Amino acid sequence: MLAGYAGTILRIDLSSGILHKEPLYETLTENFVGGRGFVAKILYDEMPPGIEPEAPENIFIVATGPLTGHFLPASGKTHFGTKSPATGGYADSNLGGHFGPALKYAGYDVLVLKGKANEPGYIFIEDDTVEIRPAAKYWSKGAITAEKMLKEDLGDEFQILTIGPAGEKQVRFACISHDFGRQAGRTGVGLVLGSKNIKAIAVKGTGSLPVFDIEKAYAKGMAAYQKVMAKPGFKGWTPQGTAGLTNWANEVGVFPTRNFQTSYAEHHQDINGKAILDRLKITDKGCFCCPTPCGKYGHTKTPRGEAYVEGPEYETIALFGGNCVLRTIEEVAYANYLCDELGLDTISAGVVIAWAIECYQRGILTKDDIGREIDFSDLDTVIYLLNKIADRQGIGDILAEGVKTASERIGRGSDHFAIHVKGLEWSGYECRNAPSMMLAYMTADVGAHHNRAWVLGHDLAGSWTSVHDLIVSGGEAEKQPKGVVTDKCAAYVIESQNVRPVFDALGTCRLQMMELGFEVENYAELFYFITGMKKSWQDLLEISERIWQLTRAFSVREIPGFDRRYDFPPPRLYKDPIQNGPSQGYFLSEQDIHNLLTWYYTARGWDQNGIPTKETLIRAGLPEVAEDFEARGFF
Amino acid sequence: MKLKAVHEHCSGCGTCRLACAIENFREVNPARALLRVQGRFPAPGDYRIHLCDQCGECSDNCPEDAIHFEDGAFMVDRGACTGCGICIEVCPYGVMFEQKQSNVPLKCVLCGECARACPRGAIILVAEQNSEVA
Repeated sequence: MLAGYAGTILRIDLSSGILHKEPLYETLTENFVGGRGFVAKILYDEMPPGIEPEAPENIFIVATGPLTGHFLPASGKTHFGTKSPATGGYADSNLGGHFGPALKYAGYDVLVLKGKANEPGYIFIEDDTVEIRPAAKYWSKGAITAEKMLKEDLGDEFQILTIGPAGEKQVRFACISHDFGRQAGRTGVGLVLGSKNIKAIAVKGTGSLPVFDIEKAYAKGMAAYQKVMAKPGFKGWTPQGTAGLTNWANEVGVFPTRNFQTSYAEHHQDINGKAILDRLKITDKGCFCCPTPCGKYGHTKTPRGEAYVEGPEYETIALFGGNCVLRTIEEVAYANYLCDELGLDTISAGVVIAWAIECYQRGILTKDDIGREIDFSDLDTVIYLLNKIADRQGIGDILAEGVKTASERIGRGSDHFAIHVKGLEWSGYECRNAPSMMLAYMTADVGAHHNRAWVLGHDLAGSWTSVHDLIVSGGEAEKQPKGVVTDKCAAYVIESQNVRPVFDALGTCRLQMMELGFEVENYAELFYFITGMKKSWQDLLEISERIWQLTRAFSVREIPGFDRRYDFPPPRLYKDPIQNGPSQGYFLSEQDIHNLLTWYYTARGWDQNGIPTKETLIRAGLPEVAEDFEARGFF
Repeated sequence: MKLKAVHEHCSGCGTCRLACAIENFREVNPARALLRVQGRFPAPGDYRIHLCDQCGECSDNCPEDAIHFEDGAFMVDRGACTGCGICIEVCPYGVMFEQKQSNVPLKCVLCGECARACPRGAIILVAEQNSEVA
């Protein structure tokens, strides 16, 4: 038995109802470790090329890592992988909470779903017992409501994933929810569960995980908590979590507002982390074994309704409080709650709604098209459009396709300000003053998402390399110099893109390292004591690069005619200067964008269309992909 | 000494339960933990820690006199216990546990590992005379 892992891949063919349990195999663990690595490998090997994301042939993967569920800080990550409803290429999305550990205690590292259930169902897992059960009573219910109902029916000890109506109705930015406020938000993974007629996955595990050296693993885990809690940033980060970034993002002018027309919110003091603590918060809400809970659970009251809600996190603040210009933390939290219940990603929803509002302001969409007047700073607009999207009614049916497809259908120049890369809506950082971060968004394998690489520190102040340093510094009130466009941008991005998948493969949260500076070598040691596999941090980085090359290869294979155009930001971000705030006037030119890509492709070992070369794939330990590419004529 | 829960500090991370299972059974398996953490969601939106404060209800109600106070904690005498389960029913906190790995009920032995592991100060060891405070 492989120490650290549960040891089994659980496969379910939803069309036939046939279950299959197979041993986790060593070549998979040795070469791809777990989590995002498993997702990448299984997707490339098992996904029939060229099928639609919503087709029964698409596969849906739930993957944990070797450290998931073990005794160390923040070991609660679960990864989901599939062909992307947002981009048509590679997709993964992850969440914290408690699901992944429970899946491992039940005996499974990985769950692979294919096919489509004949009727709405949910997957029930209690140790060895695995069943597909009817879900008629939960279908059409909100994601949080359905979780509550399932907990009441099955017992509080079950950990549950649900989708909301948006996943059922095939919205391309439908998310997966868990633990009353944690989401795998990005890439539309909720659509894929909905397309398979699966409303929920419930798991209860009562088994033990094997450990290579439990005495040393436990002692090292206990010491790791002490080290994390002794970091200078611990007391700075934990109280507000990610929302603590709001002030800084405004002070340096990277806070997207009015559909990325501006980069500063005059009202940011009313939607920041302090406002959450003062006006919403009931309790800190932590993921499995996490000493630094980002989650702030609270209660919000607005003239349009009140709700219990986890958050808002920074991203939701940026996209609803900034991009849609909701004026108070109560309104942002209410939009957050609606997204959670409907099963919508708050980031994509905030981009899509802001785009629709700008279309209306420019006369591209009319009151007749929409069914009412819409505007920034209007909670009613947000509520109206979220419900239309989740139900795919009227204008919502177009918006539910995501901003890329919606702008292609509406036309009239609206693609100029459809803020996405590859079809995934842009998350909460303006980049026209920040070339490294711009490149990070452009080259992120899932589309425009900040979690693949966060390199704003390099752009905005050369010595800042961590969020913690940025928070402690408090940002700068005066105008920041624009980040310098240089080949170093590519090096910064690649370094960050290589570090982060290690955490996603191990099945732990990266924030203890990224935000607090918990040293990476600790993870290599914990990995050894838990699994018995000796890998240095450098070895893990090499696996990480293999994962990155493989996810790129998947997108090259699946997106017809893939070339550097797919890595381009929308025209607004390289043609229109920022209109206000500390970064007013800044923009990157089209030539800057080309230069950034050229430097990046060269450093990655890709050709100038962004396709990995044969030599690169072989060097990365992917000879089978090189052969596949050769057969497909990609070289 | 005895354990005391500071509910408002709890973030539901469950570090205490995993530490309990490892310390007492050398198992990475929170299902073996001898305390519970209850998340009350969506409303009222908080956590409640259920742990043994050595109140002695289990001992008082044991028909076999199989639960004895030793070194500050009530301990189940495996030889005397018949597994009738009355202690499980009478425990006011729901922290007498029936587990498939044991033929007698299991309870907290006041090892203090949960308090040592909790990163939030939500479980603390307090001196007996201070235990009624708050």
